[in-house]
Amino acid sequence: MSPLASKPIEILLIEDNPGDVRLTKEALKDARVSNNLSVAMDGVEALAFLRKQGKHAGVPRPDLILLDLNLPKKNGREVLEEIKREDSLRHIPVVVLTTSQAEQDVVESYRLRANAYVTKPVDLEQFLKVVGSIEQFWLEIVKLSRP
Amino acid sequence: MSQAPYRSPVEVLLVEDDPHDVELTLHALHGAKLRNHVHVVRDGAEALDFLQQHTPDLILLDVNLPKVDGRDLLKQIRGDERLRHIPVIVVTSSAAEEDFADAYVMKPIAPAVFLKAVNAIGQFWLEIVRLG
Repeated sequence: MSPLASKPIEILLIEDNPGDVRLTKEALKDARVSNNLSVAMDGVEALAFLRKQGKHAGVPRPDLILLDLNLPKKNGREVLEEIKREDSLRHIPVVVLTTSQAEQDVVESYRLRANAYVTKPVDLEQFLKVVGSIEQFWLEIVKLSRP
Repeated sequence: MSQAPYRSPVEVLLVEDDPHDVELTLHALHGAKLRNHVHVVRDGAEALDFLQQHTPDLILLDVNLPKVDGRDLLKQIRGDERLRHIPVIVVTSSAAEEDFADAYVMKPIAPAVFLKAVNAIGQFWLEIVRLG
């Protein structure tokens, strides 16, 4: 079991839709495991955050990444590919969280070594349930690799 | 659920040599909402035989196995074009970090906690995740 860590679990949400950001924050706020959510609104910012570049120099390294596929500047597939190519980042679990139901996106994401592919429900209650289940599995059950 | 209407039941391969853990896992997955079919193999060699003929949707893997051990098995799965997309959840009592799995779950010692862990695995991977 993941220990109820003294340090909150760091989550990076890579998402450009403010509504989905707000809902994800809302769903994670009441999680049993204390967590700290950072948000990157496009692919370029996400990679700068992960590499601690520029204004992101002091940010914590995420324990878990939630990644939307359709993003401005650099799309989620490219972000995923770069994360899984970099030795210092590839061990971080990436859960793809997207509205896309296209089989091609599912297959491509797993090929690029996404850890899990989750379709974002349109319905609010279902959306909260999905984020709750992500929280339960990845924050409470999984042993995250922490420095 | 958000789950796309794809074929059921979900085929799960459980690679586990401890009969007690097999029983607990089957019990927990039996209660999952999404219909699933669990194939149980007891060691890494049996797992390789199974994977030569089948492509499960999800693999639950104990690391310490007789014959071919879980680490080698994982490497072979990731090196195989037909199998590499399959999510592999490593359930282990060892604290060593591995590089190839999609998720590491420490095997809890207390049966009630073990059941809770497998229930959470079942809920997330069988009900929420879109498998490839």
